[in-house]
Amino acid sequence: MPVYALVDCNNFYCSCERVFAPHLAGRPVVVLTNNDGCIIARSPEAKALGFKMAEPEFQARARLKRHNVAVFSSNYALYGDLSARVMSTLSEFTPRMEVYSIDEAFLDIAGMPEEAGRYAARIRETVRKRTGIPVSIGIGPTKTLAKAANKLAKKRPELGGVLDMSSLEGREKLLSGLDVEDVWGIGHRHSKRLKAMGVMTAQDFTRLSREWVLKKMTVVGLHTWLELRGIPCISMEMAPKPKQTIVSSRSFGKPVTTLEEMGEAMTRHASRAAEKLRGEKGLAGAVLVFIQTNNFIEGEPQYWASQSRGLNPPTSHTPEIVCRGREILERIFRMGFRYKKVGVMLSGIESEASAQFSLLPSPGERGKQLMDALDRVNAKWGRETLFVAATGTKRVWSMRQNFRSPRYTTVWGDLPYVTI
Amino acid sequence: MDAQLHTKGIEMLGFDPGEPLELPLLLSTVPAGFPSPSEDYIDQHLDLNEHVVRHPAATFFVRASGESMAGANIQPGDILVVDRALEPASGRIVIAALEGELTVKRLRIKSGRVSLEPANPSFKPVEILPDSDFEIWGVVTFIIHKA
Repeated sequence: MPVYALVDCNNFYCSCERVFAPHLAGRPVVVLTNNDGCIIARSPEAKALGFKMAEPEFQARARLKRHNVAVFSSNYALYGDLSARVMSTLSEFTPRMEVYSIDEAFLDIAGMPEEAGRYAARIRETVRKRTGIPVSIGIGPTKTLAKAANKLAKKRPELGGVLDMSSLEGREKLLSGLDVEDVWGIGHRHSKRLKAMGVMTAQDFTRLSREWVLKKMTVVGLHTWLELRGIPCISMEMAPKPKQTIVSSRSFGKPVTTLEEMGEAMTRHASRAAEKLRGEKGLAGAVLVFIQTNNFIEGEPQYWASQSRGLNPPTSHTPEIVCRGREILERIFRMGFRYKKVGVMLSGIESEASAQFSLLPSPGERGKQLMDALDRVNAKWGRETLFVAATGTKRVWSMRQNFRSPRYTTVWGDLPYVTI
Repeated sequence: MDAQLHTKGIEMLGFDPGEPLELPLLLSTVPAGFPSPSEDYIDQHLDLNEHVVRHPAATFFVRASGESMAGANIQPGDILVVDRALEPASGRIVIAALEGELTVKRLRIKSGRVSLEPANPSFKPVEILPDSDFEIWGVVTFIIHKA
C-alpha cells in the first residue's frame, strides 16, 4: 500500500525571488506574466492585500505602488533551475517519485523507518535548507487525499506545513473543513452544481451515492469519490492537468543505457509536450528534463538528475524545445547506469495571445503538418536542418521584462552580489 | 575558464555536472621498452566540479564585493562556492542574511553567543542578538580568485 506525500512549493515564483533577496521576507511580492501583462503569482502578503490572480498590471499599478509591493517580471530561467534543485533534493528521500508540475511532486513514502509525519517534516526542512524554498506536504493513502491534506496544511499555518491524513482517524472532520471546489479533480462547473445541491465540503461529497456520482460526473468524478474514501485509482496518466505545466514522461519497457536511446525518448517526449502546448495555444517559458534509474532493483547504482533551461522568448516551437532538451540531457546523462525513465516538463506556460508576437501561425491543421514535416526532416537530416527563420538566433525584438530579477543561478554575469 | 568567468551572458546552470572541464592527468612513469601510443599516458580526466561541488542541488555561486574579508583571502569580484547542505560550524566562512542583506563573514559561536567576524582589522565584528533579523544562508567552501 503506497503512502503518498504531495510536496508543493509555497507561492513558488515569489519564493524563488526571495531566495537571493532576503529583504523581501515579509514584504508583499507579485510576479507578472511575460510582457509584464498580468499578475501570475502572489506572496501571502499580496494575497491579503486583495491582489487577484490574473489581474492586469496596469489596473493594479497604483495599488502596487501604494502598498510598496515588490513587482517582478517572470524569470523562468531562475524558477526552472530552482525547481530542478527542489526535485533532485526530494529524490533523495524515496525511490518512488513522480514530478507533477514545476512546483509539485508526489512521493511514495511507504515503508520508511520514520513515522510519515515526522519524515515529511524532515523533507520539508531539508528542502528549505538546501534550496531556500519553503514547501507544504500533505500525506494520504491516495493522491487525492494527499492533495487535500496539502491544501489544508497550507490553510492552517499552525500545522507547521505538514498534515498527515493517512489514518482514518479524524479524516472526516478534516475533510469537512475542505471546500468542495478545492478538491483535486472537481472542476469549477461541477463544484457550482454541487454547491447548489448543498454539497459544500469534501466530506459532503463522499456521502453522495456512487451511482449518482458516476451518472452525473462520469468515471472521472467516480475516481475522485473513491480516492477521497481512501481507495487509490488515479495513476499519473489520469491525473487532472497541472497548472501552467505540461509533463510528458514514461518508464521504459526495459532498462536503457545509452545516451542515443535516451535522446530518442527525450525527443519523443519533448515533441509530444510541444504538440500539447500548441494544442492549448500556449507558449512555454522553461523546459526541464529529468532522468532516473530503476529504484526497485536493490543493489543497482542509482541516479536521479534534472536540470532546466529558460526559453526566451517563450516558445511552442518543437525544434527549439527539442534542442534545449538535448542540451540538458547531454549535461545530466551519466554512463554506467540502467535508466528506467526520462521525462520532459514545460513550465511557465502562457497563452500565445499574451505574447508580443506569435512566432508561428496559430497551429491549425497546416501548422501541425508543417511541424510534423519539420520534425521528420530534422530527424532524417540532422538537427535544425530546417527551422523557422523567425526563431533565428538574432532576436530583433525582445519581450517586455522591465522588472526581471537577475538570472542568479544560470548566467555568470547575473550572480548575486554579497557584501564582504 | 578565466575567460569564461568574465564573459557576460553565458547560460550556465548553477553548477554543471555534465560538461566536465577535463584536464588530462599525466602518469609520471612509463615502463621502458614498451612504446605506447600517447593516449596511454592519460590515466583519467579530472573534472573540477567533482573537486568543488559536493551537493549539486544545494550549491550556488555568488560574487563578493567589498574589503572586509581580505584576511581570509576574499577579494572583491571573487566567486564564492556556497554549499547550503553543510552545517554552519564556528570558524567557518558563511553567507548570512543579516537585516535583509547577504553578507560574507566568519561565524563565531562562543558559549551560546553568535557573532559574525570580518577578516580585516579595520572592520568590527557584529554580534547577533536574539531579535536580529538573521539567518545562515550557506557555507562557503571555495573561493575562486583570478590569478
